[in-house]
Order: sequence, then structure tokens, then C-alpha cells
Amino acid sequence: MVDQSLAKKPIIPKGAANLIGLVIALLVIFGFFCWKLPNSFPTARNIETLARQTCIVSLVALGMTYVIISGAIDLSVGSILAFVTMVIAALLIKGYNPWIAALGGLLAGALCGFINGALVTSLKVGPFIVTLGSLLIVRGVAKWVGNEQSLYPPKTWLNSLLATLDDSEKWKLLPVGVYITILCAIAMGLMLKYTRFGRHVVAIGSNEQAARLCGVPINWTYIKIFTLTGLFAGLGGIMLFSRLTVGDPTVAVGFELDAIAAVVIGGASLAGGEGNIAGSILGAMIMTTIRAGGSQMGLHQYVQEILTGTIIVVAVALDRVRVRLQQRS
Amino acid sequence: MSFLELTGITKRFGATLALDNVNLAVNSGEVHALVGENGSGKSTLMRILAGALRPDEGQLVLNGESYSPTSPLDARKKGVAMIHQELSICGDLSVTENVLLGMEEHKLGVLSRRKAESIARDALAQLGHADLDLDQPAKYYSLATRQLIEIARAIAVGCRVVILDEPTSSLTRADVENLFRVVEKLKASGHAIVYITHFLDEIHRIADRMTVLRDGKFIGERSMDGVTDQVIVSMMVGRDIEEVYVRSKRQTSDVILSCEEVIGNPKPAKVSFDLKKGQVLGIAGLNGSGRTELLRVIFGLDAVKSGKIRVGLFEGYDSPKNRWRQGVGLLSENRKEEGLAINLSIAENIVLSSLRPGLVLPKDATVSAKKWIERLAIKCQGPDQSVRALSGGNQQKVALARMLHHGVDVLLMDEPTRGIDVGSKEQIYRLIDELAIEGKAVLVVSSYLPELLGICDQICVMNRGELSVPLDARTSTQESIMQVAVG
Repeated sequence: MVDQSLAKKPIIPKGAANLIGLVIALLVIFGFFCWKLPNSFPTARNIETLARQTCIVSLVALGMTYVIISGAIDLSVGSILAFVTMVIAALLIKGYNPWIAALGGLLAGALCGFINGALVTSLKVGPFIVTLGSLLIVRGVAKWVGNEQSLYPPKTWLNSLLATLDDSEKWKLLPVGVYITILCAIAMGLMLKYTRFGRHVVAIGSNEQAARLCGVPINWTYIKIFTLTGLFAGLGGIMLFSRLTVGDPTVAVGFELDAIAAVVIGGASLAGGEGNIAGSILGAMIMTTIRAGGSQMGLHQYVQEILTGTIIVVAVALDRVRVRLQQRS
Repeated sequence: MSFLELTGITKRFGATLALDNVNLAVNSGEVHALVGENGSGKSTLMRILAGALRPDEGQLVLNGESYSPTSPLDARKKGVAMIHQELSICGDLSVTENVLLGMEEHKLGVLSRRKAESIARDALAQLGHADLDLDQPAKYYSLATRQLIEIARAIAVGCRVVILDEPTSSLTRADVENLFRVVEKLKASGHAIVYITHFLDEIHRIADRMTVLRDGKFIGERSMDGVTDQVIVSMMVGRDIEEVYVRSKRQTSDVILSCEEVIGNPKPAKVSFDLKKGQVLGIAGLNGSGRTELLRVIFGLDAVKSGKIRVGLFEGYDSPKNRWRQGVGLLSENRKEEGLAINLSIAENIVLSSLRPGLVLPKDATVSAKKWIERLAIKCQGPDQSVRALSGGNQQKVALARMLHHGVDVLLMDEPTRGIDVGSKEQIYRLIDELAIEGKAVLVVSSYLPELLGICDQICVMNRGELSVPLDARTSTQESIMQVAVG
């Protein structure tokens, strides 16, 4: 049987076309700032800065990509980020080894995610409500840890994870945190495509009823997804701590929206089923570039906000147009 | 002893007896049709068989062993799979991944691609479709192919009983033929197939035996040899129906709707016709030929590229809102998503299009709804009942009541009898006839030719977006129309 619907199979697969579009958009935006700021923007130092700034939102977007592909949402990641910086700072102040402090931060993030997942699957009130609740609860706990104050721990090597490299360390090219982010992104991308868990994530987001009928462990998969998201928020929290050097319970308010925006610009559908890691990372890069370029040009913050908002809507609208054109031809 | 035996199945929902001591026996290598009107208990029985419900009384025996599935998943593991009308396909997963969903071949969580492909390929080959591109996401395939993928999935898990629930209701004729070949293959490889359909010609064509249910009771089991339509219908409805289709002598007068070389984007490709008051015009053709699009273009839901549309004195393209005002109503083929506001009550649905600006008094709606419930014999608890709870046939009557309440003169009906029981079908045919006698104009799109031949005055055939000249429905035959449709 020749299936007529496949006769119009696109030459470039949908996913690839989307990524090409994102790369072009990134180049155009980057090129624009290079043209406006020829002396400061296209420099190795600036590119390093961009890479560092992209790290945190990218790490959080990795987990968020899984959540959104599964058809769910996680609003609590911004709060988790703040909570993690507080946990790390508190542990360091108590005199723990930086490794233990970092591990503590990761576990704190993963635990928050696990609780999100457990509540979503047991209470059946939907991930939006559950994580809206945990957004407030986790933020509250973060403030409680430091009695509404920031915590100022002693300086350790954790602070250099995402810091600008000293001249003696130039051979590394980029800070360690950037490499960690790249490795995580590759691992998460491969896991999505080539493991049973990854395919179950797509299956649930695509058609949860079908997945259940075929024996996909829905609840268990959701718990894993949210825990993973918490874990990456934890890793993002470590990076954020590295930049802040303090534990700050009021940091990263609204950060969940940045992560969601990166994932959505990257081609994911909030309806579930669609989305990919490479797209999310490109989405994060696009947003960082606009922000960095905007502030370097001395644009007011409101200009940057309007620009970023416009980019989100336009990116998704363009994607819909592209899909429609493809269906028509 | 048959391969699958259900005996004395009884199921109550509160006070209603949905199934009363029902039997069903299916052999392996047999296609067994399960026949009955909507509400006869077919779906309850199948849900019990597929593990979604548990019977209050009765035994299920599968392959000589007692069988009591606790969930659809459990039923699948025990060898019984149901293919629903709404397919269980993950559009974003590839064909292979869909076939192996839930039973992925893996080493420590990492998928073994080659093994998976060979399993998927084998399953599809058993169905005679080894040539499918396995890497494409399922959403790029047509409905028919997705259905095939789902059947392949059932075979891949080793299901020996396959339940097909109205499998052809949204397939084209060519796809139906294809499905029949697949069913034949399943049969040849010793699977037991339970086949549920409203189309009597399909039962004759594909089934070896049939079991008829009516009002939750077991009416009888027959071998299909020598069984006529009349016998089946009388078993189903409990009375002899001489002529299901209704077509009185009708008086036609002025043209009320006319299309001149209408071209849509991309369908319809070129359409001209005149519809007169008091006329029932049928539009036949394959699925995807542009019939639904034509109705949507006329009603202003889809854009038109060129051509003239005239409704009474109004000329030109117009929005759905204005079409309602001009006295045109559209009955969507997609009852649940487009036709009705499924969560609203019967009364709210009926008055939805005719709401005046300002205060809306619930009492007025209830009063009007009561009138239509009576006139169309809508089976319900009352005008305030949610439409969701009604059977397909009664939902369709509510959708029709909205157009009638609005007082339209031109009725555009897209698959008005799709997925509804014989009794409701007959009532809808009767209603269409009455409307035509009253002088209303009716345009009926249907995939079921006998229906068009039975109720229309004229039939046009849509082929790749182009509409043929009208044929006289009284003298045409299925063959002569199909000739035009595929020509």
C-alpha cells in the first residue's frame, strides 16, 4: 500500500528545519549586535560571557524540555534555584567540604522535584497547580533557611565554576560549568531519543491514554521526569551560587518563565509530544544574546523585556506558519 | 468449545440493566460480527471483554482457561486487544516505537533499534504491509495506516483476539478494502476477530458469524450464510422494517443555494450546482475528495479563492454568523468537537445559535427545547441533561434541533447518520423528508451510498475536488455512482 499522506513527506525533516531556523535566528541576532557593537560584541571575552550566562537557563531548560514534552509544566524551578543556593551556602558555613555542599544542593533540588512528581501523580490535581504551590512553598522554605536573609559563606572553588577564567587558566577556553552544561545537554538529548525512558516521555506527551493502554508506567515516568527537572534545577542552582557567591533566597524570581520560554522557542509544544534538547539550548542562547546585547548597548531593561517577549510569540507563530506551509505543499 | 466464550454476562449500572445474561462465542480463525443498535449493550460487552469493566455475573473463558482481565492492559497481556474508533497512537513516535510501545526491546534502558525494527516489520508483514517506512512519526500517516499500526501492535504483543470497533467509520472505500484484506490475513493466521459495525454490507462481506444484541439482551447467533439485511435489521430492532429509507414525492420550487465555479484553498477544485427549495441533494465521493470542504466554504468556515456563492438574494462569500442570519445551517461531521458544546445541556445547545443580545432566560430555552425533544423523539431525562450523556443518535438529533429551532431554510448536513443506530437513522431520514416537503433545501454529504440513493432526489459526485453533474437518485445505482467517483 502506498500511503498518500506520505507522498508529501518533507525533504528536510520537521525537527531539522526547525533547528536550522533557530540557528539562522541566532546568527541574525548575534550579527545585529556585532554590527552595533563592533568593538565589544564579537570578542572571545564576550562570547565566553555569553556562554557563562546561557549555562544556568540551559541547565534548567534541559529538565523543562522533558517536562513540557510529557505534556506537563513545572513552575517551581525558579524557587528551587534560590533554595539550592541557600542550602549550599548553609552547608559551607557549617564547615562542610564544597563537594558535600554541592551534592547537598543537587539532592535538595532532586528532592523538590521528586515531591512535585509524587504530588502530581498521587493528588491528580495537575502539574500546573502542584508546581504553582511548590513555587511558593519552596521559596518560603528558602527564606526560612536564612531567616529572610542572604547567607555569606567562605570562598571555595565552587565560586570558580562559572567565573571568568584567570589568565593562568586560559587554556581551558571556557569555565568548567560551561563544559558541564554541554555534557549534560548531550546526555539528555541522547537519553530522550535512544532510551526507553526518553521514548516513554514522548509517548505520554503524545497520547497518554495510548501509553497507559500499552503498559507505559505513567506515574513512575512522571516522578522520574520531575525528579530529573529538580536535579537539573539543582545543578543550575550550583552554577547560580557560583556566580552569586552567596545564598540568596530572593534570586531567580520568574526564572521558570525563562526556562519555559527557551523550551518553547526551541520548538516544543505545550500540548506535549514535541520538543528537543538542541532547540531548547538554542532558545536559551537566543534569549541570552538579546539580553546581553541589549544591556551592552545601554538599552533600557524595558526594551529588552519587550524584545524578548516579542521573540517568544514570533518564534512560535513562525513555527506554526512553517508547519502549515509544509502541510499544504 | 470455542476459543473465546462469554456466558451469562450480566452488568448493571445503578438501576439499569445494561447486559442481561448475554452469550458470545468466537472461534479462532473467525470473524464474528457483533450487531446491535446504539445502546444495545455492544460496547458494554466489549469493554468487559477488553478489561475496562468487570461483569456482575457470568463467565469469560479464553482458550479453555478462565479469563478475568482487571484492566485493558491486563487484557492485552492475556491476549485480547481492542482497536477503538479513536485510535491509541502516539503521533510523535515512529511506527516502530508505536508498535513496541510498552514492550520496548532494551539493554539497561537503552533501546535496541535493530531488534525493535524486526519485530515491527514482522508484525506488519503478517498484515501484508511490510513496505511501511518504519522511521516516520505516526502522525504523518493517514488514519487508515495508523489503524494498521495499532493492529500490528496488538499482534506484536501476541494478542489472539482482536476487537475492531467500527473500524471503517472514517475510512475511504479503498482503505476499507485494504482493511478487509488485513482482517482476512488475521483470520488466516488463526486470530479471533470481533467486528463491530453499523454497516450491514460490511457484515455480509467480512463476517462468518454474527451475534445480535438488543436492549442488553442476547437475541441470537447466526451463521452469515443466507442471512438477508431484513433478517439482521429485524433482529436488531425487533420489528420488520420494509423500507428504511424515506422519500416522498416532493415539490421543488426556486433555487435557494447556488454555487458557480467555486474554488477553495485547495479544495474544492471546481464546483457548480443549484439547490432548490424542497430538494434533497446528495454529495457522494471518497473521503478527502473535498466534500466537507465544500460545505465549509459555503458556510464561510474556510476561505474561497474564486467563484460565486448565492444564498437566496445574498450573493458572495460570507461569515458563519451571517450565514445563520441568511437561513443556512451546518451539521458538522464532527459531532463531539464541532457540532455540539458537549458539556452544555440539551436546551443550551438547541438555542445556542439563536441567542438574542441581552438577557438569556433559561426558562425560554427549556420551553423551546421541550418542543424539539418531543418532535424529534430525543431520548433523554429532560432539557437540562448534559449532551455528553446522550447516545450518538440522540446527540445528532440535538444538533439537528438547533438548526430547526433557528428556522433555517438551507440545511447543510455532513455525514448526518455517521456512527448512529438504525432506529435513529430512520428517524433522521424521515425528518429530512418532512423538511423537504415543507420546502426546505437539504444538502447531504455521505460516504454511505445506499443512504444517498434512498433519500436524495439528485446526487452529485465529488472527485478530487470537482463536482459532477447531478445524477437522478431514483435511477442511479451504487455501481454507476462509484464509476464517477473513482473515474
